[in-house]
Parts: sequence; structure tokens; C-alpha cells
Amino acid sequence: MRDSSWHSVDGAARNLTPSLLTLLLVLFGQLPFALPGQMAVTPYFVLMAVYYWGLHRSDLLPATVVFLIGLLQDALEGEPFGVNAFVLVAVYWFVASQQRLFRGKHFVVVWWGFAIAALLAALARWILVSILLGMALAPWGLALEFLVTVALYPVLTVAFTLAHKTLPRSDLGEFLD
Amino acid sequence: MRASMPFRYGAQRSTFTLLLLLSTAIMLIGKADPTLYERTRMAVTDLTVPVLGFMSQPVVAASQLMGDIRNAATVYQDNVALREENERLHRWRAVAQGLESENARLRQMLNFAPEAPATYISGRVIGDSGGAFLRSVLLNIGAREGVRKGAAAVDDRGLIGRIAEVGEWSSRVLLVTDLNSRIPVFVGENRQRAIMAGDNTDMPYLAHLPAEISIVAGDLVITSGHGGAFPAGLPVGIVVRGDGELRVQPFLSAGRLEFVRLMDFGLTGVIQDQTLGVAESRTGR
Repeated sequence: MRDSSWHSVDGAARNLTPSLLTLLLVLFGQLPFALPGQMAVTPYFVLMAVYYWGLHRSDLLPATVVFLIGLLQDALEGEPFGVNAFVLVAVYWFVASQQRLFRGKHFVVVWWGFAIAALLAALARWILVSILLGMALAPWGLALEFLVTVALYPVLTVAFTLAHKTLPRSDLGEFLD
Repeated sequence: MRASMPFRYGAQRSTFTLLLLLSTAIMLIGKADPTLYERTRMAVTDLTVPVLGFMSQPVVAASQLMGDIRNAATVYQDNVALREENERLHRWRAVAQGLESENARLRQMLNFAPEAPATYISGRVIGDSGGAFLRSVLLNIGAREGVRKGAAAVDDRGLIGRIAEVGEWSSRVLLVTDLNSRIPVFVGENRQRAIMAGDNTDMPYLAHLPAEISIVAGDLVITSGHGGAFPAGLPVGIVVRGDGELRVQPFLSAGRLEFVRLMDFGLTGVIQDQTLGVAESRTGR
């Protein structure tokens, strides 16, 4: 009895992993990473998490959580409220609906898909922030961020995959939302 | 498992649509009243301060280690260069001391009222969004420590920005490189008035220059104190000539930020918020 209740607590905690990892990456993205003598370019870490979990375990990362995490990103990043929430939910929707296209495919295909998602996300952010601030913003910072984000996706994928292996099988959780 | 996907997708479609509409509504409301979310923003940021403060320590340590390794490689050349610089600075110190006493005497003769001494509050940088749209850093000090909106933020080399948002335990510094940064400055020995304007690049440009200008690359840029937003005389950067326009290499980008001091000169600039209390920190230089 005690064993099984502990098991369910453990399982519930594990099921929170995707949400917690995504949340952690929002905070991670705020850290002062700049190396001496260089200007900081922080990758869009949270997009990587949203893409990965959207593709593999969308049952464990509710869209509402993605939305709230987007709002947190907006607050911390200082961007107009709603922009990251919109972009992340849109990307999540795109990925979750394209699962069949990418699942079980070679990693290069998945990476290519991520590059497209990141490009669309960058474009959407640029357009939305430009409209909301009422001026066309210089896109160079965003372009650099896009490149760094795409380049780092394989590294984060390794971490996500390790976390993924500790999760309970998805055929149990697929209907829980 | 596969078979369940279309079902799930259909069930979630309305959730997605709803969330996208909600985001759009949030954006539109923010567009209508940009100050509306400021409190929310800083309240949320306040909540993350303990976590960010904790998480940033290893990052800072690692970053310092990288810097140390890099420095170790050039320690000999650095030593030679620093000795030479030290020699030169010694001579400058003698000059400065002479000028200081002369200045003091002249001021006495003129009955010059000295500027009020500045109050300082020191804070640690715990967040740097490295944002594509915004150049700002988060500090681990806020209204509780006496941080006021509009306070000038300096590091050991000069001005880096000003406080744009204040929370209870955190505050956000808008860097001089940010798109929204406009700073009245004096350029060069002739003290030409100009506005140093950020455009999210590492080098802000000089705007509103007088018709005939005698500014050359290498001229020092200092705050002029016009408008009352910043104290006068803070070093900001060095003039460089970009393609056809004058830009400023700010002192801030030369190294990474770790500690920041906030200056409160008790000025009543246009961007100050009177509702927040006066700094209760230690005074003096």
C-alpha cells in the first residue's frame, strides 16, 4: 500500500518534469552569461523545451502551462506582455499538430523542423514587438539569437532525452491533460 | 497511442485558439496602456529574484574562471602594460591633485555652491536577458533598499544606464545601449553638447550635434547633466567613427557587469518617481 502510494507520488512528480524543465529554462535564459569582453546573446532556451516536449510528450506539458510560461518570459525579458505567450503557444500548437511528421525521424529532420519553428517564432516576435512599440526594430540581435538557438538545440536535446527516459510510459498519460 | 492523437488534437484545438486570443487581448491592452503591466512585471520579477540570485552564482563563477584562464595566458604582457600605465597614472595623479587644490581655491573665491554629495546603493546583477529587443539587466536590489526610478547606474568605469523599473526586491537597469536610452552628453575638450542615443547595437550614436562640429575619434563622452536626469560629469564612453556617423564606444561593453552602483543625486529630473522614498543608504564617496 505504502509502496504504491509512493509510486503514484513519484509518478506525478515525474509527470511534472517537462513543465518544470521548461520553467527552469526561462530562468536559465535570464542569467548573465556574457563572457568577459563580449555582449550577451542569450539563446531562446524556452523555445527548445516547448518544441521538444510538444513533439514527444505533449500530454505532459499542458498548453495553459506554455501560455503562463510565455507570460513569465515576457515579464523577465521586459518584452511587451503577451508576445512570448502568443509565440510559444503558436509554436506549441504547430509542433503538437505535426508530431506524426517528425516522430521517429532522423534527428536532422527534427532539427530542421526546429530551425523552421525558431525562424517563424523570431519573425513573429519581431513583427509583434515592432507593432507594439510602434517602430521597426533592428533585426540583427534577433537574427543572432536565432542562429545561436538553432545551433544549441542538439545540446539541449541530449538533456531533454535524458529527462525523457525517466518519465513514465506515455500510453498511460496520453489521455491525462 | 497513435489512434488517440487526432482525438486529443481536436480536443485541444479550442484551448489553443482560446490561449492565442487571450495573448492577443493582453498585447492589445498593454498597447493601449503601456504602464498598466509595470507593477505586474516587477512583482513577477521579485518572485524570481531568490531563484535567479541562487542560479546566477555558479554562472558568474564559471564566467570568472573563463576570464581567469584567459588572463593567465597574457599575464606577462599584461604586467608590462600595467606597469607602464601605472607610471603614467602616477604622473596624472600629481596633475589631478594640483588641479583639485587649485579648483578648491578658485571655488572658494567664487563662493561656488558645491553639488550635493551623491548617495550610493550597490547591487549585484542577477539577470541579463541578452534580449534581442531590449538592453537591460536585473539587479537584486529594489525599493526596500531605497532604489528610485531614474537613478543613474554606474560601474567602476562610468555610466551604464538608469533604473527603469523598481520592484520590492529587484530593479531593472536600462542600459545606455538600449533603443529607449537618450542621454544628454558633452563630447571632447570643447564640451560639445549632444544626445547619445541607443539603438540596441553595442555602440550608441550621437544625435543633435551642432552644425559645425570638431569631434574626433577618441574624444571622451561625459554626461552633461542637462534635463536633470543624470548627474553631470560621469564618464560614458569614447567617440568612434562608424560609417559616416559618430558613435560612442561605451565603457560598459568592455567587460561584463557584476556589481552596479546606483547614484542618487537628489535631482528632480523628468523621469523620477516621487512616490518612492529617498535612499536610506550609506552616503559619501
